[in-house]
Amino acid sequence: MSDITYGKVATFNTHPDASIPKESPLSVAYNTGSVPAATSGSGVLFKEQAFLGHLILRGGAIVLDEAVRKVLGISLPGQPLGLSLDESGERSVQWLSPDEWLVIVPGGEELDVEQRLRDALGDAHYAIVDVSGGQTLVSLEGEKVRELLMKSTNYDVHPSNFPVGKAVSVVFGKSSLVLRRPGEERYELVLRRSFADYLYRWILDAGAEYGIGVQR
Amino acid sequence: MNQPNRLRQGGRIDRGRTLSFTFNGKRYQGHAGDTLASALLANGVDLVNRSFKYSRPRGIVAAGAEEPNALVQLGSTEAAQVPNVRATQQALFEGLTAQSTNGWPNVQRDVMSLVGKLGGRFMPPGFYYKTFMAPASMWMTYEKYIRKGAGLGRSPMENDPDRYDHLNQHCDLLVVGAGPAGLAAALTAARAGARVILCDEQEEMGGSLLASRELLDDQPAAQWAEQVISELAENDNVTLLPRTTANGYHDHNFVTLHERRTEHLGEAAPTVDGVRLTRSRMHRVRAGQVLLATGAHERPLVYGNNDVPGNLVAGAVSTYIRRYGVVPGNKLVLSVSNDHAYRAALDWDEAGRDVVAIVDARRHPDGELVEQARARGIRIIEGSAVLEAKGDKRVSGARVATIDAAAFKVTGQAELLECDTIASSGGYSPVIHLASHTGARPTWDEEILGFVPSLVKGVHAAGSARGVHDLAEGLADGAAKASEALAALGKSASAIEPPRAETIREGEACALYQVPHEKPTLRAPKQFVDMQNDVTAAAIELATREGFESIEHVKRYTAMGFGTDQGKLGNINGMAIAARCLGRSIPEVGTTVFRPNYTPVTFGAIVGRHCRELFDPERYTALHQWHVENGAEFEDVGQWKRPWYFPRKVNGKLETMDEAVARESLAVRTGVGILDASTLGKIDIQGPDAREFLGRVYTNKWAKLAPGRVRYGLMCKDDGMLMDDGTTSCLGENHFLMTTTTGGAAGVMEWLELWHQTEWPELQVYFTSVTDHWATMTVTGPDARKLLSEITDIDLDREQFKFMDWRNGKVADVPARVFRISFTGELAYEINVQANYAMHVWKTLFEHGKKYDLTPYGTETMHVLRAEKGLIIAGQDTDGSVTPEDLGMFWAIGYDKPFSWIGKRALTRPDTARKDRKQFVGLKPVDPKVVLEEGAHIVVDKDQPIPMDMLGHVTSSYYSPNLESGFALAVIKGGRDRMGEKLYVPMPDGQAHEVEVVSPVFIDPKGERQHV
Amino acid sequence: MFYIHCPYCDEYRDEEEFAPKGQAHIARPEDPESCSDDQWGAYLFFRDNPRGIHHELWVHAIGCRKFFNITRNSASYEILETYRMGEQPRFSAEHPEGKPAEQGAAVNVADEAGMVAGQEGVKA
Repeated sequence: MSDITYGKVATFNTHPDASIPKESPLSVAYNTGSVPAATSGSGVLFKEQAFLGHLILRGGAIVLDEAVRKVLGISLPGQPLGLSLDESGERSVQWLSPDEWLVIVPGGEELDVEQRLRDALGDAHYAIVDVSGGQTLVSLEGEKVRELLMKSTNYDVHPSNFPVGKAVSVVFGKSSLVLRRPGEERYELVLRRSFADYLYRWILDAGAEYGIGVQR
Repeated sequence: MNQPNRLRQGGRIDRGRTLSFTFNGKRYQGHAGDTLASALLANGVDLVNRSFKYSRPRGIVAAGAEEPNALVQLGSTEAAQVPNVRATQQALFEGLTAQSTNGWPNVQRDVMSLVGKLGGRFMPPGFYYKTFMAPASMWMTYEKYIRKGAGLGRSPMENDPDRYDHLNQHCDLLVVGAGPAGLAAALTAARAGARVILCDEQEEMGGSLLASRELLDDQPAAQWAEQVISELAENDNVTLLPRTTANGYHDHNFVTLHERRTEHLGEAAPTVDGVRLTRSRMHRVRAGQVLLATGAHERPLVYGNNDVPGNLVAGAVSTYIRRYGVVPGNKLVLSVSNDHAYRAALDWDEAGRDVVAIVDARRHPDGELVEQARARGIRIIEGSAVLEAKGDKRVSGARVATIDAAAFKVTGQAELLECDTIASSGGYSPVIHLASHTGARPTWDEEILGFVPSLVKGVHAAGSARGVHDLAEGLADGAAKASEALAALGKSASAIEPPRAETIREGEACALYQVPHEKPTLRAPKQFVDMQNDVTAAAIELATREGFESIEHVKRYTAMGFGTDQGKLGNINGMAIAARCLGRSIPEVGTTVFRPNYTPVTFGAIVGRHCRELFDPERYTALHQWHVENGAEFEDVGQWKRPWYFPRKVNGKLETMDEAVARESLAVRTGVGILDASTLGKIDIQGPDAREFLGRVYTNKWAKLAPGRVRYGLMCKDDGMLMDDGTTSCLGENHFLMTTTTGGAAGVMEWLELWHQTEWPELQVYFTSVTDHWATMTVTGPDARKLLSEITDIDLDREQFKFMDWRNGKVADVPARVFRISFTGELAYEINVQANYAMHVWKTLFEHGKKYDLTPYGTETMHVLRAEKGLIIAGQDTDGSVTPEDLGMFWAIGYDKPFSWIGKRALTRPDTARKDRKQFVGLKPVDPKVVLEEGAHIVVDKDQPIPMDMLGHVTSSYYSPNLESGFALAVIKGGRDRMGEKLYVPMPDGQAHEVEVVSPVFIDPKGERQHV
Repeated sequence: MFYIHCPYCDEYRDEEEFAPKGQAHIARPEDPESCSDDQWGAYLFFRDNPRGIHHELWVHAIGCRKFFNITRNSASYEILETYRMGEQPRFSAEHPEGKPAEQGAAVNVADEAGMVAGQEGVKA
């Protein structure tokens, strides 16, 4: 059985044996669209971090903070639009709303993290939902990333307004996505699966004049 | 080649770079730095267009955005056609090809001018409609020729090869206009470290400084401008946007800037490093504060035949001479009401050409510039004005007389001055358009004889844009206003020390708009107010006589200001004339409203990249590529691309939709089919109050649904009308998975949050969308169990895994939740797996499904199958006016639930409880070949004269291969009591289909098949 | 296009990210079953449409997905404030904004009056 009942809530291990083939939300784009190679002149590098574990965490900040620190070793971002990463940079917690956070961990860890969080949270009122199949993380690096973002979103991405450690949900093209700034030179996008192909096309189009390259 | 009007030196053009261009089929040459207008004037081209209504010959009047006449059609090829370009704003490039916008068959010999004469001396407002409407049937014929002769350019018939895009910008201070005030403002803000955007519509930044006679810090003003611009360019926080027009000022300091990126380079945008540059770009700017340094437009005087080529505004003369090295004529008469315009005569004189006279409406002009003109021996005729221009295709003389402007009459004997150019100036109108876009009505300033902008919060104006025309004052004003603007943001910026400018003592200007004539206005030679729309002073006078008193009505009756130039030159004159005729003051008459865009914007720039494959997001399921590879035709469901049907090749021919749907439907009823149902909305609901919450938002009961069970639910709005439906499964005591319709997913999610956040925050429950996380595959048909059993470890025994149960286990080795629910009426399993593994599961089903002829089906077959079972689609069979009771779904209504769930109270309102409400029924056409039209109305008496009494309408209609007949679902007044009645569905072609009212369940009414 | 301060994200965002949801402060009657048809009809269908200050419910749809209220001048489009669910507005039609004659005993409205003065040009 894949379901494990935690009290009155069911968790679910979605992963089969590693031999089973899997496809990221960008597979259609890779298989049927253009995949420009990165060159030394690429002003933007696009790289998907596929198959990571994505969890939505709902609850009160005070309740969740202790559990998150215990399980992930990261403090819950205290401010709206905050993004916290662990030392390796592989695990992150992002503020989505006053009672909602996005946790991203290496692929396959999500069920373990969920169960440890549930153990730590006990009877508190909270929710944890695995959304790993529904979204994917993309990193953008390069000196022209900011211009590409300005073509795509009306959010003010100037460093004075969008410093390292900030993450926002924004309109992007005619769709939307989560935009994160985990590092000085690095931006991240969290794309929703069903919109991924459109967003990929949009990003490639916007990045064409900067010689955008896709690293696979 | 000869450019007769080109000066040997001076101007900001590059005489070393000669450019060839074609105008109306003739080749000419100009220089880099020219506009098309300056190059045409250099070549002595007087006649550039025919006027809109009277087809009068027209020449270039101005040197910027306010130009009303010199509209041209650009493009040497069909795809490159661009209509209505102002020659004064189009940079010259090698090979530029332009034509006059008006004039048929050509601008020199124009047929339409005969129409102008046919109308007599005077074509009143509404002339075309008054003259050509009788007989009414002939208008279509007249119109064809009138439109051909008139019109303003044409759009290209081929696809535009160019690209356009958008850029979102944010700044502390947006400065519109890079003249003296704008530059001083930008410099002030930039030096204070603010984020600044400076835009200017011209080819080169500097505004009036580029053609100025004045010195700044003892150097030519243009040189100071260059220094400032280079300092700004080096500042990382400053964005300089030349060739960029601020076109629209929208709410909350949102300003759209239109940047023409490559239009000065050639017909099509160049390609750099294999990438075609965007031709133009829309900057969507959200500014903390906005400073309008948009300058002023000079007002021409309104006198007889003031539209004959060779009539210009005075400032344009100076601009052509000083900036482009072009003198637009040989003998100048200058008619003015102010000192400032004397510069035109001084510049003309310095260019070595003849100033015949300066005609000044003031009795005793005495400013410094007046003295300078006198000192040069230029004749100054005081207390006078040009009454009338002489000439046909070019000015040949000016009739001048003393006037009494206040009493509006000619007081002396007219003198005819021989000349080829008449320049005039009636003062300066601040460019208030952008400020007007905010809705703020401008106010009249008697001091400067012009409207100045009213400013809402966050907007500032500086320099000429608010009537500060003096150079030194304008520079200081720009700096001071920038400092004020930043202070409003809580940032301090000390105003820059403006450069030293000489102050020129000016005498007082007088108010003069329309120059009186010996004859009354209605009989005098035409005195044009709005040249683009051919509106004369007489037309305005007539409009006021005919009872149009509001300036907005005068505008609409005469079409004043309705041209593509929005009356930039003419509006104030028109208002002044209306005011005089109505015996009111100008502020009493007021202005009309300017609206975006300031100058026309090409559609491409508005669209940006939101076109073709990026027009709208397309949402794909995890199985999309399989559908494409297997020949699916797609249907748009919201933004989703869903397989509509899967046509097969039969005998070398692709099936039609009807054929494919018939085959797919039969396969599900007799074998097994598979549907990609991933687009259904899925919402994870957790919390101790999850069950209570479901009970409040669904009409039916949820208290006892046990883990492992699934229930169908109806969701209403509080008015009792159905909004969505779907199944919800109990995953754990406090854990549910809700499904919604594909189109309703986002709306339902927001609906749940709305109630939780605003009405019931005390309920402990959280909602999270998992629509994209799970892929859903529906395997349905009598063979579904056999197929699925081959690849799952779940016990599919009919007693162990019943209808409306769900189980988990593995399908094709992938962890899955399988729901035994049915939208087809057949045995069905909905398999949910994490979307990344969906393709593997899907393909494995097909490997094992071969022997069962597993048939993929699309939304069309899904619709037919569910309709045969009488299952509704919310949003198709319902439209926001249908209650669960109207649908006859009493079994899904929890009348005795303790909480008054959403929609319950409304069911007993008198209108909702009516017995004759439209109720959900089935229809069977008497002729089985008939497939009714969805949306068609239903009547009792097919012979009743129109308007017929309509009982209801068809909501869904298909052909059923299982019933071998057409069938339909419908809503009909009192429908449940009409079972067996024969009704009619009249069609537009006159025939009426006879139908029988039946139960909406056409197949397996006892529901046995889904329980097998 | 509006620029709206989301009280939860605590920053200004473009209108594109938000959706309006009608008049604010429309509470569902505590006991629907005891409402008369008229009372229920009023709750369902009747809304104010003032020229001037109006309270509206909005949602930060592409963002934190939280509902909140906006006090907006329906004539000038100026947004006077945004506030969270459960909070009360500072600005309202009953307050003296735009109607100094009716100001009466109002206190602490100096800065509010200043904001309103800024929009007078629009209303004229």
